[in-house]
Amino acid sequence: MIKPRSNVTAEGWGQAIDRLANGSLTLLALWGDAPNVHMATLDEAAGDIAVLTYACVDGTYPSVGAKHPPALRPERAIRDLYGLEAAGSPDTRPWLDLGFWDVRHPLATKEPAQKPGAYAFLPVEGESLHQIPVGPVHAGIIEPGHFRFAANGEHVVRLEQRLGYVHKGIESLMTGATLETAAKLAGRTSGDSTVAYAYAFAQAVEAALQIKAPPRALYLRALMAELERLANHFGDIGAICNDAAFAMMHAQTGILRERVLRAADVCFAHRLMMDAIVPGGVARDLTAEGIALIKALFAEIRRVFPRLIELYDNTASLQDRTVTTGIVKAEYVRRFGAGGYVGRASGRNFDARRNVAYAPYDKLAFEVPLRDEGDVNARVWIRIREAEQSLSLIEQILAVLPAGEIRVDLKTNGKHGEGLGLTEAFRGDVLVWLRIGGDGRIERCHLRDASWFQWPLLETAIEGNIVADFPLCNKSFNCSYSGHDL
Amino acid sequence: MRRTLLESFAHGPLTEAAPPPDRAGLAELAQSVERAARAKLGRSLSIRQVDAGSCNGCELEIHALNNAFYDLERLGLHFVASPRHADVLMVTGPVTKNMREALERTYNATPDPKWVIAVGGCAADGGVFAGSYAVAGGVKDVVPVDLTIPGCPPSPKALLAGLLALLQTAS
Repeated sequence: MIKPRSNVTAEGWGQAIDRLANGSLTLLALWGDAPNVHMATLDEAAGDIAVLTYACVDGTYPSVGAKHPPALRPERAIRDLYGLEAAGSPDTRPWLDLGFWDVRHPLATKEPAQKPGAYAFLPVEGESLHQIPVGPVHAGIIEPGHFRFAANGEHVVRLEQRLGYVHKGIESLMTGATLETAAKLAGRTSGDSTVAYAYAFAQAVEAALQIKAPPRALYLRALMAELERLANHFGDIGAICNDAAFAMMHAQTGILRERVLRAADVCFAHRLMMDAIVPGGVARDLTAEGIALIKALFAEIRRVFPRLIELYDNTASLQDRTVTTGIVKAEYVRRFGAGGYVGRASGRNFDARRNVAYAPYDKLAFEVPLRDEGDVNARVWIRIREAEQSLSLIEQILAVLPAGEIRVDLKTNGKHGEGLGLTEAFRGDVLVWLRIGGDGRIERCHLRDASWFQWPLLETAIEGNIVADFPLCNKSFNCSYSGHDL
Repeated sequence: MRRTLLESFAHGPLTEAAPPPDRAGLAELAQSVERAARAKLGRSLSIRQVDAGSCNGCELEIHALNNAFYDLERLGLHFVASPRHADVLMVTGPVTKNMREALERTYNATPDPKWVIAVGGCAADGGVFAGSYAVAGGVKDVVPVDLTIPGCPPSPKALLAGLLALLQTAS
C-alpha cells in the first residue's frame, strides 16, 4: 500500500534513519525539492511504501547516509542539484556535477559555477598496487562512465565508479513541462526501460489526478512491460555469454530479441514501444493481427529458447567463467534494497509486480525466481527463469484481455496533486514521484532508477576478481548510466 | 550445441537484403566528403560509437546492426574499440556538458580522413533535452557532422541506409 506523504520533524526523520540502519525499512529513494527533502521507504514486512518530508533548516537536513550508506550517493546528488547539505555526511564530494556546468545548484539558486578542485578518489595504499583508469568513453557500444581500478597484478583490490557523464538535467526539464512533454521525457530516462518509465510515470500522474486508466489499457501496459522484459533478458543473456567469448549464444538470443522488437513494432508502432504508454491509458490498441503475431512469436520462442537454456547449462567452458564470479553478498543486497536480478540472485525476495501488486499483476499468476549464490551465473539464471515467467504472463494477458476503451481524458481540477508510481522494469523497480500544479503542469518530478542501488554493489562484486572478469560482472549487472545520471 | 548449429544450417541465413542508401543522406554527404579522401578507404569502414549523453535507446538499435538480420560486417562495416582505429564516429545523444570534452578528445584522437555521423533526434539538435543547463546541444555544436540519421531511435534499417550512403560516397 502506498501511504500519503507525511511531514516529519527532525525526530521523525531520525527514527526513519534508525529503521533504515537496523534493516526494518528499505530506502526506495531520497530526493530534493527545495526547501524540502523527501525520502521514500519500503516496509517489506507490511508491504507499505511511505514518503517522508523534512523541511531543511538553513539548507541542511540530518544525513541519512551517515548511518545508512545507500543514501550517500543520493545525498551527493541532492547537494549538487539543490545545494542542500546532509549534515554529518562522511562523503561531501560532488556526484553529478563534474565541474562542466555554467551554474551551481541548477534546480535551486542557479549561482554561477566556480572552478572545481580536483576530484578526490578514495585512497588505496599498499605495495605493488597500480591504477587502471577506464572511461568515460568505453571500448564497446555502451554508455559512458568512469571506472577507477586499483589492482594488484591481475586482481582488483578496489573499484571506484565516477558517474554523471550523461546527466541531461531531466528533472529540471520536467519542471513546468506539460504532462505530454513530461511523459516523453520520462520515457527517455533510460531507453531500455522506456515502457517501465512511461508506466510508472502514468501511475504517478493518475494517482495525482485521482483518475483510473481503463481495464484494457492496464492489461496492454503489462503486455508491453513483459515484452520489454523479454527483449532485454534475451539481449542480456547473450551479451553476458559474449563477454565470456561464447559468441554463439549472443547470435542466437540476438535473433530472439530482434523478433520480439519486430513484433512490438507491428503491435505498438515502435520497436522499443516508446510513448506507447501515456497518462490515462495507452496510445495504441492491440489488433487481432498483433495478437496473432505475438502468438506466432511465442511458438518460435518456445521452440528455440529451451535449447538455448540447455546450451548454457551444458557448456562447461562458459560455466567456468560465470560460476563463482562477481559474488554479491546477500547482506549487501538487503541493505541496499537492490532490485531486479541483482537482488534476486542474492536472495532478496522482492518484485514490485508481486510485492506492490499493481494492476493487473494482482490478477495474474507468476513466480518470482530466486537464487542465493549471488554470482554471474545466478544473475543469468534469474533472467532465464524470468523470461519464462514473462512468456506465461503474456499468454495469460492475451487470454483475459478485456474489451473496451484504452484511454481516458486527463482532467486537471485546478488543484495541486501528488502521486507515486512504482513498476518493475527488467533491471529492477523504477520509482516516479511527482507533483502537478493547478495549471496541470509538472511542478516537480523525481525518477529513481534501480541502478542507484545496484551500481555501488558492483564495486563490491568485483573485489578480489581478476580485471579480465570485469566486463562479465558489469554486463551481468547491466546497470543504466542514463537512468542513474538523469 | 550440435542441434543449434545444425538447425542454423538448415534454416539458411536470416540476413536480409540491405536497404537502398538513404537519398537525403547522400545529398548531405556529397557536400562534405572530399574525393581524395574517399579513394583511400575502399569499401571498408571502421566505426567507433560514442555515447555523448543518450538515453541508451540508440545504443540498443546500433547493437542490433550486428545481429543475424542486419549483419553489418558483410558490408565491410565494423565497430572498433578505439577512436584511433576508426574512420567514422557514430555519436548518439544530446551532447551533455559533462561529455563535451570527452567527445572532443575522442574526435581529436580519430585519424584523418574521418566522418562523423550524428545518430538520432537528440544528436541532431538536442531533441527533448535541448535547452537544459546540462546539455551543450546537438553533435554539430561540438564537432563537425557529415551525416545525420534521424529517429528516436533510428531503426536498424535507417541506420544501415545511412551507413550505406556514407559507404557509397566514400568508396
